[in-house]
Amino acid sequence: MPQIIVEDLVKRFRISERDAGVWGAIRGIVRRRYHTVDALDGVSFSIEPGELVGYIGPNGAGKSTTVKVMSGILVPDAGRCEILGRVPWRNRTEHVSRIGVVFGQRTQLWWDLPVIESFDLLRDIYRIPRTEYATNRDEFIAVLNIEACLDVPVRQLSLGQRMRCDLAAALLHSPDILFLDEPTIGMDAVSKLAFREFIKQFNQERGTTVILTTHDMDDIEVICDRVMIISDGKIVSDGTLDELRRRVSLERRLVVELVDNVDDPAIHPLANLASRDGTRIHIQFDPHQISAADLIAHATSQNQVQDLFVENPPIEETIARIYEDRAT
Amino acid sequence: MISYWAIISARFRSLLQYRSAALAGLVTQIVWGMIRVMIFQAFYSSTNAEQPMSGSDVETYIWLGQAFLAALPWNIDTDLRSLIRSGGIGYELIRPVDLYSYWLSRALSWRTAPMLMRSIPLLIFAFVVMGMAPPVSWAAAAAFFVSMCAAILLSSAITTFLNVTMLWTITGDGVTQMTFGMVLIFSGMLVPLPLYPDWSQPIINAMPFRGLVDTPYRLYLGHIPVSEFPQHLAHQLAWIVAFVVAGRIAMARALRRVVVQGG
Repeated sequence: MPQIIVEDLVKRFRISERDAGVWGAIRGIVRRRYHTVDALDGVSFSIEPGELVGYIGPNGAGKSTTVKVMSGILVPDAGRCEILGRVPWRNRTEHVSRIGVVFGQRTQLWWDLPVIESFDLLRDIYRIPRTEYATNRDEFIAVLNIEACLDVPVRQLSLGQRMRCDLAAALLHSPDILFLDEPTIGMDAVSKLAFREFIKQFNQERGTTVILTTHDMDDIEVICDRVMIISDGKIVSDGTLDELRRRVSLERRLVVELVDNVDDPAIHPLANLASRDGTRIHIQFDPHQISAADLIAHATSQNQVQDLFVENPPIEETIARIYEDRAT
Repeated sequence: MISYWAIISARFRSLLQYRSAALAGLVTQIVWGMIRVMIFQAFYSSTNAEQPMSGSDVETYIWLGQAFLAALPWNIDTDLRSLIRSGGIGYELIRPVDLYSYWLSRALSWRTAPMLMRSIPLLIFAFVVMGMAPPVSWAAAAAFFVSMCAAILLSSAITTFLNVTMLWTITGDGVTQMTFGMVLIFSGMLVPLPLYPDWSQPIINAMPFRGLVDTPYRLYLGHIPVSEFPQHLAHQLAWIVAFVVAGRIAMARALRRVVVQGG
């Protein structure tokens, strides 16, 4: 039975608008104009326990709105949402005691308090049993390497340190589901790698369901088994990363480095030239029409080739194409 | 309960960090108190008419007011305001606690910690240097203590109500200034309430604000006899309940429409 059921979720926001300038401001006092934005326009999906789901989409597509509805912060206008058998915004306190949330751009730690006091406070707020708290705390301190931050007030931590502490804070009460809303934003490469590693490992060891929104496709590639794409408030794709790639394009690329900068390199008739950068040419092909081996054989026999390799289109391009398809 | 107690004590600890603010507040309140005392001395020496309150009672009333100034509902919780402005309020909602009780707990420590830091040195100063009078009796002292606790609770309930209005207005400045004006005038903080005209007394008595200042201070002075303590406490408690109920209703409505934008 699915752990998370979302059906036909709808959420509209009313945005007030005002003309620019002094006159616009004065008119705004007397009469406000509004327009509505469909942040969620019939979103449906279900998630099984233990899944690692990436939830992506362009800015303003409705990712965060969905996460906020699922974490009980926002009440939708229509639709159904059931998580662990509860409606988040109706049974808010019971619901939130079983979930953990990390919003990348905010902190849930107390600004003025040392990190360890924030942890202790969370223990009291979530009523975490002493032994469970001690085990979790010590494990996270070791794995996330935050020993040195514990006595420092949160306001003095670096972003990477703070995010690791935030992640620990979100998991102290052993939640069944973890929501990560753009957690790696602004992190340096080392922190990002450590963060991803931790999430994957935590999911494997404890079977915690993880839902991750991000703009960083590496996050998705490394962490997620399944990718959902939202655009304009609708789910436009839902499946594994490979399925996603296949769905968007079967196309592959052969990159050939030529010895000389010849004007007219020979290209197999079933493939075509995608782009050229001096001696480097990118050949587009469909593996169902011509195999990579045949194409390589053709390219090396007809041209003087120094180096070549086959590549998948980068995941960013794949995603961008889905976004664009929706827009047109 | 343990959750709320943890919130109170954590907030209390972080507020105790602001020592220089406390020192600055202490000095200002002493100077301000001296000015107020001098103004009333000028009034009292310019008239021979019988006043509803003796000059020395007024002075003690003023020093009590200066000592407990920080317990008045005179501002909103700036931390909550920045949470609301930045959208960090979302995190408040993912706590498995009743949000109103959580905010009331915050307000309680927000009203108590700065007040305690300032009142103790200020009272010592007022007793030793300014010749402030002690409570008229042990019974009056006990009544004052209980009534003062109720005053802090009332102040916290009003503060929480102000904080809740921020969920609509975002800044909360307007409501706060309006409330602060009312508090200043009708609590006795500006002029002790017995000195107001007779016709205004029933109105002022019905309002909640006298429970913040006038009720406990007059119990201290014996101006309200201890025998009348229960009815005055009842007035305080009734208004506490009223503000808690109003705050809860306002919050429940706000949460149905609260929008956490961005990010």
